Amino acid sequence: MTTDSFDKDKTLDQENALQPKMVTVEIDGKTHQVPAGITLMKALWYTGKEVIRGAGCLGGFCGACGTYYRTKDDPKVKTCLACSHAVEDGMSFSFAPAFPARKATYDLTQLKDPKQDLFELYPEAPLCRNCNACTEACPQNIDVREGVWKAVFGDFKAVSETFMDCVMCGMCAPVCIADIAPSLVAVYASRAYGVREMEKPPGLFDRIKAIEDGQYKEDWDRVLKMTDDELQQTSANI
Amino acid sequence: MDIQALHDVVHTSRDARRKHTLPKFSPAERDTLIKKYHPDHRESAYRPIVFGPNEGDLTVRELASLLEGESPIPADLPLEPDHAVDVLVVGGGGAGCAAALHAHAEGAKVLLATKLRLADSNSVMAQGGMQIAVAPNDSPVQHFLDTLKGGHMKNDHDLLKTMVEEGPSIAKWLLGLGVLFDRDADGNLHVKKGGGSTKERLLTCSDYTGLEIMRVLKDEVLNQKIQILEFAAAVELLSDEDGACTGAVLQDLDNKRFVVVAAKIVILATGGIGRLHIQGFPTSNHYGATGDGLALAYRIGAPLVQIDTFQYHPSGGVYPEQLVGQLVTEGIRSEGGHLVNVNGDRFVNELDTRDVVSSSIIRECEEGRGVRTATGRVGVWLDTPLLEVEHGEGTLDKHFPAMVRQYERYGVDIRKDPVLIYPTLHYQNGGVKIDVNSETPVKDLFVAGETSGGLHGRNRLMGNSLLDLMVFGKRSGLTAAARVKKATQGQLTLNHLQRFRAEAQKHGVTGQMTSPMVLPAYTRTQNA
Repeated sequence: MTTDSFDKDKTLDQENALQPKMVTVEIDGKTHQVPAGITLMKALWYTGKEVIRGAGCLGGFCGACGTYYRTKDDPKVKTCLACSHAVEDGMSFSFAPAFPARKATYDLTQLKDPKQDLFELYPEAPLCRNCNACTEACPQNIDVREGVWKAVFGDFKAVSETFMDCVMCGMCAPVCIADIAPSLVAVYASRAYGVREMEKPPGLFDRIKAIEDGQYKEDWDRVLKMTDDELQQTSANI
Repeated sequence: MDIQALHDVVHTSRDARRKHTLPKFSPAERDTLIKKYHPDHRESAYRPIVFGPNEGDLTVRELASLLEGESPIPADLPLEPDHAVDVLVVGGGGAGCAAALHAHAEGAKVLLATKLRLADSNSVMAQGGMQIAVAPNDSPVQHFLDTLKGGHMKNDHDLLKTMVEEGPSIAKWLLGLGVLFDRDADGNLHVKKGGGSTKERLLTCSDYTGLEIMRVLKDEVLNQKIQILEFAAAVELLSDEDGACTGAVLQDLDNKRFVVVAAKIVILATGGIGRLHIQGFPTSNHYGATGDGLALAYRIGAPLVQIDTFQYHPSGGVYPEQLVGQLVTEGIRSEGGHLVNVNGDRFVNELDTRDVVSSSIIRECEEGRGVRTATGRVGVWLDTPLLEVEHGEGTLDKHFPAMVRQYERYGVDIRKDPVLIYPTLHYQNGGVKIDVNSETPVKDLFVAGETSGGLHGRNRLMGNSLLDLMVFGKRSGLTAAARVKKATQGQLTLNHLQRFRAEAQKHGVTGQMTSPMVLPAYTRTQNA
């Protein structure tokens, strides 16, 4: 949105932003010119690609747009989320294809001992060889390797904290030489922690009982009988 | 003036602002403000719908065109079912997953179709939390009254009472699935205060509430081996001779083929409308938020309610360019973050309802007290460093890790400097009319979540959407599962579509856009 009455002095400096500078990038092996500073996702649209796969929330939360990229003259291939990473001159990038990682299925209420059951569900989890490639591949900067070991050692609380930032993009799985899919191991451990180790919040259960016992019936009767004017008065005064 | 000088205005005014409490506007002031500055009141953006169940009703031009749009289905499409199920759930966000899980748990054969991947949705982005009255000093009645006030008294009372009363049992269900809500030292659920609420009522998982819930629900849908079709968009519903819904036609987005699904009940959970970019606004919504469910329901004859009102979230990103329209969590304001104009002054009580706060930001900007970026955008400051001052260093890292990361990517440190924000198109307040079981006036067609209307009145209160999804996802799933036990599959016809096309013709409506839109047209074509 724009206004006409603004003070030029109070304009926030953003170098050359009004006439976008073009940069050269390579997308899926083909060279394109795109405006500097746009996201990798917008660069795809800009170059005429129709995007069906690999776009989701467009806000950095759903993990649909995991992407491999390399910056000019740097041999290191890194990962990012295409919806929230800006293009730079000389960059090369390609969308990460869906990776066929195996997800175990389980019923968390029926497990005998979730910490032991981990080794049945994900027998590859303890085979981590500490290469740290998963941590380096994480666009969310999660210490993935550490998290896998915490799961193996049964510290599921720590796993849940380590992986709270995890958007399940799955970029950690293709790089694993032990075929571990860390994000899936983490979801299991985190859920198992919630279901099996967290205490039940007493206040919540008191509230559920109070509702079931009809404790709010009088209040409801009073409120639901009110005219619109009375309701307006009541809610204005709270 | 450079960015540092502009930041300094915020830094130097901070101490004075901290000492000053800003009262909320009076009801009359709120009214005037909204009428003058809220985008819902820009008459030129609206037009009456020409035909169909809401003929003559005013809505934004973008939505009117979508509703009157032309189905991609040829009249002679063979309706041999490719799938036959009890319940077809369309949409893989919070409402869709909840509906599928509950229907499946009651023994129904469920197919979940989504045009993106399972869980790629707006739900996954919900940062602020989920309103449930669990605190000792709170009650469902209080939650009802707050929501009503937020919705300008226009909320459907039955829907609203149903939602607030079922809230606590939803929290229990999610905890039972392993969702890790933040806790107090005594083990109780930690609650925060949201904009427009009188009590602390927001359940949170740091600022990843939606992500945490969706990670768990997606995992559970997969564990339950519920049948899923991804990259398959619903493009038309099917009806029998009595007009009841009997299934849907999907389109496989890879090969464009139509896929016919016979279903005893269809639950539409397709989410909102942000990607229509109403009135040219940027949006916080996901890639698929194109209002498909509204168009489908409308064509089969389901009336819509309150489709003249939308929510513009007060804090959408303005700078850097990459964050334009993206949501900046309301949690910052909940924890005391100030909104500050270019002069270093506050101008609204930050915890007022979203429509009031958005209107006040638009007022500041239109009256020249906004901060302008070199790309021609304008916004006001959200004073994030204030939280570090008020609650101690490390507060932002601890409570808002997602937001710290969101800005760090572009070299902005929100611990040290404020961020620029402006309202962004966030939520469709109205939608398809439903009853307390989430059923529309069209038999066997259910709608859950943002696609439905009536619950939120003319302005949704922060944190009520996640609860809406869970409550009405659940109720649609359970009602559907109970009904399909005794029901038989109805005939598959396109009678409703014939009627709809005839009506379009009668009203002289031709050359419409193809509807639903499915995905926004962002791909640049030649010389554009």
